[in-house]
Amino acid sequence: MITDIEVPEPLSPLPGTNIDTDQGLLQWISSVDHKQLGIMYLLMALFYLLVGGAMALLMRIQLMVPENHFLGAIAYNQLFTMHGTTMIFFVLTPAILGFSVYLTPLMIGANEMAFPRLNAFGLWISFFGGIVLYFSYLAGGAPDTGWFNYAPLNQAQFSKTPGVDYYCIGLLLTGIGTVATAANLIVTVITLRAEGMKYKYLPVFVWMVFINSFLILAAFPSLNAALVMLLIDRQLDGHFFNVNTGGSALLWQHLFWLFGHPEVYIVILPPFGILSEVIQVYSRKPIFGYPFVVGSGIAISLLAFGVWIHHMFATGMGNTVNSFFAASSMLIGIPTGVKIFNWLGTMYGGSIRFTTSMLFATAFLVEFTIGGLSGVSFAIVPIDWQLTDTYYVVAHLHYVFLGGSLFGLFAGLFYWFPKMTGRMIDERLGKWFFWLFVLGFNLTFFVQHILGAIGMPRRVHTYPDLPGFEPLNMISSIGALLMGLSMMPFLYLMYTAFKGGKRAPDNPWDGYTLEWLATSPPQLKSFSNIPPIMSFRPLHDLNHPEIGDHKTTEDDKYGTKDDDVVSGRD
Amino acid sequence: MMTWLVVGTETIFFLALIMGFIYFAYYPGFDPKSVGLLEPVQTGAFTALLLASSLTYWRVEVNFKQGKQKPLRIWLIITLALGATFLAGQLMEYKHLFDQQLVISQGTFATGFFTLTGFHGLHVLIGLICLLVVLCLAFLGDFENSDSSLIQAVGIYWHFVDVVWIIVFALVYILPQFINLHGHVSTP
Repeated sequence: MITDIEVPEPLSPLPGTNIDTDQGLLQWISSVDHKQLGIMYLLMALFYLLVGGAMALLMRIQLMVPENHFLGAIAYNQLFTMHGTTMIFFVLTPAILGFSVYLTPLMIGANEMAFPRLNAFGLWISFFGGIVLYFSYLAGGAPDTGWFNYAPLNQAQFSKTPGVDYYCIGLLLTGIGTVATAANLIVTVITLRAEGMKYKYLPVFVWMVFINSFLILAAFPSLNAALVMLLIDRQLDGHFFNVNTGGSALLWQHLFWLFGHPEVYIVILPPFGILSEVIQVYSRKPIFGYPFVVGSGIAISLLAFGVWIHHMFATGMGNTVNSFFAASSMLIGIPTGVKIFNWLGTMYGGSIRFTTSMLFATAFLVEFTIGGLSGVSFAIVPIDWQLTDTYYVVAHLHYVFLGGSLFGLFAGLFYWFPKMTGRMIDERLGKWFFWLFVLGFNLTFFVQHILGAIGMPRRVHTYPDLPGFEPLNMISSIGALLMGLSMMPFLYLMYTAFKGGKRAPDNPWDGYTLEWLATSPPQLKSFSNIPPIMSFRPLHDLNHPEIGDHKTTEDDKYGTKDDDVVSGRD
Repeated sequence: MMTWLVVGTETIFFLALIMGFIYFAYYPGFDPKSVGLLEPVQTGAFTALLLASSLTYWRVEVNFKQGKQKPLRIWLIITLALGATFLAGQLMEYKHLFDQQLVISQGTFATGFFTLTGFHGLHVLIGLICLLVVLCLAFLGDFENSDSSLIQAVGIYWHFVDVVWIIVFALVYILPQFINLHGHVSTP
């Protein structure tokens, strides 16, 4: 059955791939191997996740009781700005890029990315962007203007510390790295697919990465342009966003959200892909409605650019503009709903294994739906006017970023952990981590919906002792501490798995896609040959020839016709 | 293909800058004093040189396809010279404007003008560096009977820089001459 297809290889050896692995750390720093770079992206995301999470805990301690003096206004402003910026640009984005560069070549049966050195460049420039951002603490004060850094607050006369300059330079560097990696991923998918890997056979995750990379290429330049303009304003006395001298504060919002809105889809599309892989493997069923899952991803990416003004309903753009963007924002609910139903359809009737990974995937469905519904409520302009800049927004964005993106990433981490490290995790401890995290997450953010509805503004370092504020804030803070606590079993889990976890077989979950064909962990050269690809579950076809997807009729699949039983459709 | 993707994302970057320029310069109206300092005729001449460099580069690509090494090198040198002259012209213009006290902090028009043309100049510089690399490789004999896509990739970029300049030139130098100048002078 297995007819070998030669995997095309680069004609000349790549630098770095023939270095002895006993070089230790130097091997990692100088690496151009997509698997090592992917792991480093993930480690970078984990590092910044712990830093950003610690900041969130400090903020929640400050907000535990009314009129608290734990941090004070200045430190609090810096903390919420750095927390938001870190989580978006140095946790979620590197994490999705980490999975993308690790898995995309493996899943399409290639041995490397199209441009290995560009890949390394992307990682390191992103990493140093983060260092530059954090250096602002030493240079006189971190940015204190919120992660979206609205004008005119970001102007030199209102933000006197150099924090915003470091924000600009740090994010510019990261932006360049992200764009480079995205272009690299697109070229990889187009040019390096194994023979027989047609577009209709790409794994759903690769499809989402592919779509997502175009989204990155189109969205990040707006941010970079805005950052350049802001730097000119601050360093060269320019007038782009300076309202006093003829500039426009709205221009910043337009440019920022023209990037910022697609960015929230940039960090959710790959988790959608992860979820599609995880749910189908753990349900032992092919994904329900493959063309619809992919198509709705494309629809989301196109709609992403038509909705940015829903962040600006309260700026007085006029009723026509508001109505148009309210309608287009609600449209996003349709392809997202299609995806949710596809996943439910995949799980329906499947024989589900509730591993830690699958638990996170299931929790994703619940939390992301809550986050999506509160998002639709914002698309209704009067409700947005009422709730904008309250904790309701905070609750919504955390439900989609954490309950959506991060849960998806955790699902992916536990799913691919055996592949990446060659070790199995302790499922019992994993479930402890899952329940603690989900409980803490919902405690923290669910009550913030109510807090927002009864009028608590966001971005305030303290609040008066109004009825209801104290108990709800207390519950929220306790939830946050619980989430912080859940990081202990998580880190312990990672540590013990690395040190003494059970050896993982090549394909522990009976996975469907090509990465499970490689050894665990994969060698520097992942494949020497791959099976013929005749469906979007090539490895499943190989391991279960009797029920392979490529077989056209029931007779074929179950051998009920006499002749032509196992020959397939070669 | 990589070049096409890079050009695509650069297009959006320039679109954002151009949008910024239009937003300020056209909506409140131009500052007549600043616009009056620009010299469309002189810049127009340099624009013609830049456009000519696209034509000469097209000759480079044709000669590469035909495998003719000597004309390839000559056309490359001409392209480089034309591009460098354009950049020198831009520097001269900047110096002229600085002498007339038009600097980036002068007002919204100046901010938009220097950002837009400055970033274009930066892209010309990057293009010149790429051309220089291609030239060195050409003299080292890298393009004899080769299927390298380098010349084509640099070409896409160089033509892109040209197209951007046509739009910038029209928006910044030509169009303001035809509309009523009544904008406010912003206080620096």
